[in-house]
Amino acid sequence: MEKQIKILSPCGILGYGFPIKHFMIGMEEEPDAIVVDAGSTDAGPHKLGAGVAIVSRLACKKDLSVLINESRNHKIPLIIGSAGGSGARNHTEWTLDIIYEILKEKNINCKIAIIWADIPVDRVKIAIRENKIEGLSQNVPILTEELVDVTNGIVAQMGVEPILEALENKADIIVCGRAYDPAPFAAVGIYHGFDEALSYHLGKILECGALCAEPGSAKDCIMGVLKEGSFQVYPTNINRKCTPISVAAHTFYEKDHPYVLKGPGIVLNLENCEFEAISESSVSVKGSKLSKTPIYKIKLEGARQKLFRTFVIAGVRDPILINIIEKVEALVIESVKEYFSEIPKEDYSINFYNYGKNGVMGELEASLNIPHEIGVLFEVLAKTQSQASAICSLVRSTFMHYGYEGRKSTSGNLAFPFSPSDIEFGVVYEFSVYHLMEVKDGKEMFPIEYKNI
Amino acid sequence: MDRLVDLAKVLRSKNSGPFELTLDILFDDVVKYERVEKSGEINREAIALLYRINTEDITNLVFFKKALGIKITFNRKISSGTVGDRDVYGAQQHAPLFDILIP
Repeated sequence: MEKQIKILSPCGILGYGFPIKHFMIGMEEEPDAIVVDAGSTDAGPHKLGAGVAIVSRLACKKDLSVLINESRNHKIPLIIGSAGGSGARNHTEWTLDIIYEILKEKNINCKIAIIWADIPVDRVKIAIRENKIEGLSQNVPILTEELVDVTNGIVAQMGVEPILEALENKADIIVCGRAYDPAPFAAVGIYHGFDEALSYHLGKILECGALCAEPGSAKDCIMGVLKEGSFQVYPTNINRKCTPISVAAHTFYEKDHPYVLKGPGIVLNLENCEFEAISESSVSVKGSKLSKTPIYKIKLEGARQKLFRTFVIAGVRDPILINIIEKVEALVIESVKEYFSEIPKEDYSINFYNYGKNGVMGELEASLNIPHEIGVLFEVLAKTQSQASAICSLVRSTFMHYGYEGRKSTSGNLAFPFSPSDIEFGVVYEFSVYHLMEVKDGKEMFPIEYKNI
Repeated sequence: MDRLVDLAKVLRSKNSGPFELTLDILFDDVVKYERVEKSGEINREAIALLYRINTEDITNLVFFKKALGIKITFNRKISSGTVGDRDVYGAQQHAPLFDILIP
């Protein structure tokens, strides 16, 4: 029997949920590790900026209870990548809190490794001065020390190196802060002596749960089997199947390139991979290639507070107004700016989004259809919440009563579903850090802490 | 002539990181894939026109026959989730691809 290991991935994001039945079918195969990705920058900068999780505590605890129980029963490691969603200290501690609670409730003793991914501000500033920072794409604003100062904490994506160390130190549960999504999976493969390229490629597929299957889902399990020279993937749900195309096409998902994938210290090239169906639902992959970058660089992420927002949603049904809605909105803005002339114009902005017309695509919308109704979302962004609300209140009352030319419905222009109509949103964040930083090696910035529970 | 939406199995947009948008056109048979690839209709100029960007903003335009897919990635004008963004995940910007005509 050739050497092989199995890695079970319960779902695409910890807290999204997964069918227990399919997970237990996977556990019956005696996998060598359970690995789950908990994070993403997908949901926007707010989670990172505000220090909150992307899933509810209830959902996360529900998923974790099953995973901890089974991993301890089978005495195999459980690894969580990008804990709490954004993987900063707050998010990691949020996850640890849940884990300690579960361990206490179930009376479980084990060794926990915590790998922190928070990058000290001073270290980033030194890198800026030494010219060792570059934006990930040419439209990412240049990172300055001032920008670092207003950013609410910077994290970096760890690679396999610190996770390997935790595995070597026999940790039962490894909680990683922000990690390169495939890294926790790849670490298991590499730890057991399997090919690095295959391990990373397998990790890239497993991290999304059953998304690589047909029908795809991030809320269902997927099994990966690493062998010498190839790996296999298949869903544990008999109603899904992996096909050569579904697996090959998976590397397209959320990536800038379909077969060249860049990670911490590595570049993965999948151009010459071969995907073969070994059964109706299982696919074998070989031919993944990996090269190490000459300088080890880690990807930094950070978000900053921009402004405060107050917004209103209202419907418009009057056909005369719908026909000239953008003109009227512009006149409303002008009128509000005139009234609040003492507030510098650069300090706030008023925006209208006309759903039903071009809300989703804005100026890219090619359709000229005139809808019978429009859902208008308008917002005011300002330096303080109270200023945003004060200006929004005036926008709302002005728009509601605006006497545009040709108006017949002189009673009111907007249908508000809610009272009060104006909603205080809170802070609007923005990704201020999305840069590569040169480091010594894969462990330099990621300290590991061990705890025996 | 066929519309791209009638030939493709998957036609989607999503963020690839907060600063880029990536479009995927995936097929379920090699005949359709090759027809679209060989037509030359998916090119930088056509995409730049559709999405009102400069060709320099397109960072990748890749034909990957093994996966029967075409990928186009370009810089977002506004990064995900900040002031003025209309689509935090970038998941609903794919409609302009629908009507590309393939001979």
